[in-house]
Amino acid sequence: MNYLDDAFRVKVGLAEMLKGGVIMDVTDAKQAVIAEKAGACAVMALERVPADIRKEGGVARMAAISKIREIMATTSIPVMAKVRIGHFAEARVLEALEVDYIDESEVLTPADEEHHVWKRDFKVPFVCGCRNLGEALRRIAEGAAMIRTKGEAGSGNIVEAVRHMRTIIREMKQLTVLAQDEIMAEAKRLQAPLELVEYVHQNGKLPVPNFSAGGIATPADAALARLLGAEAIFVGSGIFKSSDPEKRAKAIVKANTHYNDPKAVLEASEELGDAMPGLDVRQIPESDLLQTRGW
Amino acid sequence: MPTVGVLALQGDYEAHAGALRRAGAGVVEVRTAEEPQRIDALVIPGGESTSMLKLMDYYGLFEPLRQFGLRKPVFGTCAGAILLAKEVLNPSQPSLDLLDMAVERNAYGRQLDSRVVILSGHSLGDGDLEAVFIRAPIIRRVGQGGEVLASYLGDPVLVQFGRHLVATFHPELSSDNRVHARFLAKIGNGSNGAK
Repeated sequence: MNYLDDAFRVKVGLAEMLKGGVIMDVTDAKQAVIAEKAGACAVMALERVPADIRKEGGVARMAAISKIREIMATTSIPVMAKVRIGHFAEARVLEALEVDYIDESEVLTPADEEHHVWKRDFKVPFVCGCRNLGEALRRIAEGAAMIRTKGEAGSGNIVEAVRHMRTIIREMKQLTVLAQDEIMAEAKRLQAPLELVEYVHQNGKLPVPNFSAGGIATPADAALARLLGAEAIFVGSGIFKSSDPEKRAKAIVKANTHYNDPKAVLEASEELGDAMPGLDVRQIPESDLLQTRGW
Repeated sequence: MPTVGVLALQGDYEAHAGALRRAGAGVVEVRTAEEPQRIDALVIPGGESTSMLKLMDYYGLFEPLRQFGLRKPVFGTCAGAILLAKEVLNPSQPSLDLLDMAVERNAYGRQLDSRVVILSGHSLGDGDLEAVFIRAPIIRRVGQGGEVLASYLGDPVLVQFGRHLVATFHPELSSDNRVHARFLAKIGNGSNGAK
């Protein structure tokens, strides 16, 4: 894959524009308005926020088209929407609908346990989740133009987002100090294409932006994700499952921009009401984990 | 070496910082009202203009940036061009109102209409100029003081207003440094802007 290819650069270009921002999960137009007014740089349209998917169970699919249309008609910022892992027909529908970005997401029930969507076939850009460098590079090889670490969506617990961001950043650093004759073995260990492993070896970063998701519930969580190396953040249940979504949305936007200024994060953290209820990830049965979906 | 501030509230400010350094400038990220006091020129990057407006509002940056633009050079790309325009359409929204022009947001359509094109007719010297358009706006009217330096499909895409410069595309995402060099050449030469 040629990373200087114009079609791919246009996909990565939109991800570049979203850097430094907050992408918020919304389930209807009313929430999209709250997100845009708070300063979100994009919204993610989905049927139910991850905390509800976790609680209610059943099969989680692409959102209803009428809801996505309603959100697209209401907001002037980019609209993303989720498809099930491997469900390229849902992806084709969203491309026909002209959403701005597709998230092939572990939050929805996977449609294919073996294959992810071959994203290079699409003109619309894709973002995919990862837990480590190998997974990120496999998704990029398939055509993803943005990567987000998975965390554990709907948990309100930042611990997995931290684990995944630390892992990928550490693996990238380690690659940069290897000798040329060690790269092939590293590609084998990472189970990732050699050319992408070489890219990270030479540049110390992914060829696409690297965002954080899955468990951000407070302004300090947002700052932590950015301080660990995330270039922007996705917030799902953390806003609309809190006691005062409008206030919390603004506070997270503020803390995300001024993540390196503790006084600004302090100010954003004042008088916020209650955060969403959180889950101890160690208490979640293995079969209920979302992050293990996809590979 | 001039010091250029890049508004770093949201968007591709790091790409601009890289392009400015390659063109020979020192770079400061601007997030509060204090930084504009120690810069010679300001870049407002691409990103989401609504998001930047909110953050400018939260931190009292609106008036300091406007005052800065009344005295010193400002370069806006895409969202930055929207924020500098006197009039914003689709939808109408507040702006710094520094340049007499009307800009329509997302005027080519959604992301599927984003594109990389080659501009052959432009005023930046020999050779084609690459232009990366991402959910780009269109400049619908260029008013007093505006000089069109490049057009695409009949619409102005690179316009200078005295010491100020706007592009509806993203020169910071191309390796060609001529647009940033043009902006840096405006620092300290005292030419007048539209305001």
